[in-house]
Amino acid sequence: MSEIKKFMYVNRKAPYGTVYALESLEVVLIGAAFDQDVSLAFVDDGVYQIMNGQNTTGIGMKNFSSTYKALGDYEVTKLYVEKESLEARGLTVDDLMELTWEDEDDDYEEKPSIRLVSSAELAEVMADQDVVLSF
Amino acid sequence: MGIEVNGKTLEVDEEGYLADLSTWVPEVATVMAKEDGQELGEDHWELINFLREYYEEYQIAPAIRVLTKAIGKKLGKDKGNSKYLYELFPYGPAKQACKYAGLPKPTGCV
Repeated sequence: MSEIKKFMYVNRKAPYGTVYALESLEVVLIGAAFDQDVSLAFVDDGVYQIMNGQNTTGIGMKNFSSTYKALGDYEVTKLYVEKESLEARGLTVDDLMELTWEDEDDDYEEKPSIRLVSSAELAEVMADQDVVLSF
Repeated sequence: MGIEVNGKTLEVDEEGYLADLSTWVPEVATVMAKEDGQELGEDHWELINFLREYYEEYQIAPAIRVLTKAIGKKLGKDKGNSKYLYELFPYGPAKQACKYAGLPKPTGCV
């Protein structure tokens, strides 16, 4: 096997209206099959992608928000959310979906995937990546 | 393109996947299996129903690695491996079982 690389997918756009959020999610799911170290970042309007209680009935688009809950099954367990982006939109972590993963090595205990970080902390995590893909 | 189910024609895409998930009835699986020359037993239905529930919950068809893990957890370790799943669905559990279950082709499946 080749060396494991660190991939970060940065999500900056609202979930609907453009295809970026859905495309990013699909790339993440496909990429997760390749045993890389995958993490996601949600900044700017990207934080809306993982908000609670999404309803797309009025816009006639598929509500794919529940797919984020499958990320844990795909061993994608690091979802960084930028604190400043949440605050600028009057949101808190409680407005986000509860996204968890099961730790096989810890009796399948459910652990939170969302990690609230400051802009400066996120910059550090980003600097540590081998590949950063922005959507 | 379409398949005949209960006297009605249901639309399918060029690879045989059901065009509209909501038109699915169990007979869809039976008809599709027949075309592939396969009989569906209890174990097949168990997997088909599992996939439908997974889709209902997450809005995606799971990748094979995710599927085997989830099956192993829900239905027991002896079923949570690709050997078991390929015995049931020789054309590929994700492709064949998802198709019978009326789900779209799994993301990333070529």
